[in-house]
Amino acid sequence: MIKSFKKRLTALVTVGPTVLWLGAFLMIPLIYVIGISFLTKNAYGGVDFAPTISNYISLFQSEYAKVFLDSLWLSLETTVICLLVGYPFAYIIANAPKRWKPFLVLLLMLPFWTNSLIRTYGWNTLLRTEGIINHFLQNIGLIREPLEMLYTDGAVLLGMVYALLPFTVLPLHTSIEKLDKSLLEAASDLGASRKHVFMRVVLPLTMPGIFAGSIQTFIPSLGFFFISDMMGGAKTMYIGNLIKNQFLSARNWPLGAVLSIVLIVITLILMKLYTRVGSLEDMA
Amino acid sequence: MKKRRKVREFKPYSMFYACLVYLFLYLPIFVVIAFSFNTSKINITFEGFTFEWYWKMFENRQLMQSFGNTVIVAAVSTVFSVIIGTLCALGLYKFEFKLKNLISSSLYIPIVIPELVFAIALLIFFTSIHVSMSMVTLIIAHVTFSMPFVVITVRARLAGFDKSIEEAARDLGANEFRTFMRVTLPMISPGVISGGMLALTMSLDDVVVSFFTAGPESTTLPLKILGMVRKGVSPDVNALSTLMIFGTIVILLTSTLIQGRLEKRM
Amino acid sequence: MNQASEKVIVRLTNVDKNFDSERVVKKLNLDIEEGEFLTLLGPSGCGKTTTLRMIAGFEYPTEGQIFLEGEDVDDKKPNERNVNTVFQNYALFPHMNVFDNIAFGLVEKKVKKEEIQRRVEEMIKLVQLDGMEKRMPSQMSGGQKQRVAIARALVNRPKVLLLDEPLGALDLKLRKQMQGELKHLQRQLGITFIYVTHDQEEALTMSDRIAIMNHGYLEQVGTPEEVYNHPKTKFVADFIGESNIIEGYIENMTDNSIEVTMESGKAVIAEKGYRLEEIIYLCVRPENLKLSTDPVKGFRFRGQVREHVFIGSINKTMIELPNGQMLKAETPAEDELIPVGTVVNVYWNPGKVVVMRTKEEQIYNVIEQSVEIEGMTNDQIF
Repeated sequence: MIKSFKKRLTALVTVGPTVLWLGAFLMIPLIYVIGISFLTKNAYGGVDFAPTISNYISLFQSEYAKVFLDSLWLSLETTVICLLVGYPFAYIIANAPKRWKPFLVLLLMLPFWTNSLIRTYGWNTLLRTEGIINHFLQNIGLIREPLEMLYTDGAVLLGMVYALLPFTVLPLHTSIEKLDKSLLEAASDLGASRKHVFMRVVLPLTMPGIFAGSIQTFIPSLGFFFISDMMGGAKTMYIGNLIKNQFLSARNWPLGAVLSIVLIVITLILMKLYTRVGSLEDMA
Repeated sequence: MKKRRKVREFKPYSMFYACLVYLFLYLPIFVVIAFSFNTSKINITFEGFTFEWYWKMFENRQLMQSFGNTVIVAAVSTVFSVIIGTLCALGLYKFEFKLKNLISSSLYIPIVIPELVFAIALLIFFTSIHVSMSMVTLIIAHVTFSMPFVVITVRARLAGFDKSIEEAARDLGANEFRTFMRVTLPMISPGVISGGMLALTMSLDDVVVSFFTAGPESTTLPLKILGMVRKGVSPDVNALSTLMIFGTIVILLTSTLIQGRLEKRM
Repeated sequence: MNQASEKVIVRLTNVDKNFDSERVVKKLNLDIEEGEFLTLLGPSGCGKTTTLRMIAGFEYPTEGQIFLEGEDVDDKKPNERNVNTVFQNYALFPHMNVFDNIAFGLVEKKVKKEEIQRRVEEMIKLVQLDGMEKRMPSQMSGGQKQRVAIARALVNRPKVLLLDEPLGALDLKLRKQMQGELKHLQRQLGITFIYVTHDQEEALTMSDRIAIMNHGYLEQVGTPEEVYNHPKTKFVADFIGESNIIEGYIENMTDNSIEVTMESGKAVIAEKGYRLEEIIYLCVRPENLKLSTDPVKGFRFRGQVREHVFIGSINKTMIELPNGQMLKAETPAEDELIPVGTVVNVYWNPGKVVVMRTKEEQIYNVIEQSVEIEGMTNDQIF
């Protein structure tokens, strides 16, 4: 009995803090979000304890539907571009000569280690109407009037791709790295052309990496409001900004909560799809 | 028989492509670094080389304060995450209990849900229980999203661990505590270090969660820059950002080296 | 305590071990004497490693007691027992060099620094690792790691050394060499070795006594000669070396021989003490099975030569009996072979056959039932 009591105590001391912490600062706050989504906002920017589902119904207003569609479209574009750019890149790094590889991986990690906002702000400096690129192009006489590059949808897309590309490349790199090279030799030995080796062996085997990379790009992109703040004009509203506004300027917390729940639902659906092909362990 | 070539070299077009992507990744960083040495006040052309901004930034009290906050939050939240997370990983490794699966899968919640949702959940929670945003709420938020990464990293290290090594220590006369100190802890230390590195990186990199959970007195450097971007950023921000970039890289490179050396020895 | 038990250093009485609902070790009784080399032998999953781990203190018996030097160790943790273990995968501390690995136990015992230095160096010499003190485990070969593991255990001067398949990961040649060294070490130091293996050849060459386990039961304990020449159960006969096991029943008896009728013929064995019409099993080692094209007196037992397999110094001949059973016979390589397809007379020296009464499964059934019957012990049943 004492042996098992001591064991239980140790288990409690080791795992207990995490359970308490995640319970108090993750689970309970998420329950609060659900709770508040059923309350009514009052005139002072707070909430009244009057249960309602009207917040959910207002989701179906066309303006919100447009925000969702625009956001999902932007995230999809971001993910696809990141994959298209990132896959060959990850493949080159994974198959680089041995003495180069550690250096190349390190080069890939460095941007990860610097604050994404500082990096995005670098783009802001480059793309401004009176920014470096315009100034340079005018100087060499290629253009006369400065180009409108910043505060466009294209700039937002660029910022998103830029901020999320490392998140796509790392899982891709891991799964390409893990690929058993003798399988490629076996495939070409069995008569597959290089193109077929890629289509029939490499691509299917690196699918888990492709999925993990996509998820890790798509989900955060839905919430990166600061990139559209810095790179985009007020032309297009994205879900991240919409949620942010409900808590800062519009002070409609119940609506903000509902919008967040929609984000959670989208995430859950994507995760459900993902766990069919990959494991959670590959995500971290 | 054809001899297989052992040494693979870059194909020229692969190399070109890789350089292009690296350029894309590094261009904005170079811009920030370059303009921190620029004599001109506006970030358009490079007019001359100066260290002026590296002195000027110390006079900008608000900027220095936000930088200090960033460092404090990152350091404190990393220490907390490492301690709580390592304990949890050890507990999950050592013991079998009913809720084990539930706990291990709920560790992935903060990893997969969008940061924004997590951030506003904390905002709603703290406001509802009448806790105003401060350094404390900021640190709590950072620990919550980085601690699961520590648990997962340390667990991964423990998973490749032969249980009989701990038994060997017991067999040779070490009690539970001595076994932990002399065998378990040294063996998981590479995992603990890389978990800590992840936590540190995540804290330094965070914008979204800090945006909602920081109080007016506890803005971090990224938040400060976000507030300044529209109006135009003063060159001392470039200087401080450059410092932060190099500081982070030095810290993380050092710990990667230490971690690599520890791992290599084993 | 009486004179006889003073020499017993490890005693297991009625030891049972359950994992969840699975009984891994069943009613084990075993005395191990001081200074002997005892091998626990059996197929994987037979409970031999669990038995070893219970002696070391990593597992506790569900029922029964373990005595080390006459003391019940039920409440003793591994670090409180005067036994040391050599683990299957060596379990060297990967973050410590050879010297620190070997010194680990002495540091725990708070032995003085100079003495640690002296004793570790002595051990390093003993296992022939001179000059490797500063090596890390990752820089060593399997054989070298094994030596470190042995030195690390022996430096503590344990009363009993437990070895869990220590040579399993080594290649054949190195294994043979280490077998000799281990045996030599044990003789030199006079420490009791309890050695777990599934390799019967290893057990036969190294042990003073072998304890054969199967399905958690102790089948037989004895010297290598005893278990090889006089297996008590069909399992032992089959597991130790190769055996031809033939079922038969007793038709005729004289004073010192029995005539056995088998499905495929008749034979004579030199045994007594059986009843008429009793069902028995005959166990004949392949080297004792003889073939002849001429009739043999007392035998009417024929089969067809199916195949010859040449294995170095001997030839193995497979003979198929009319009922389909295959028998193995071994003959020196230089002997002339009987062509495949020939029908031959099979016979043996009547003294070179072991007779067993029942299938061991029947014994198990009886014991299993005894657990069901409350308050009844094995002694009452047998």
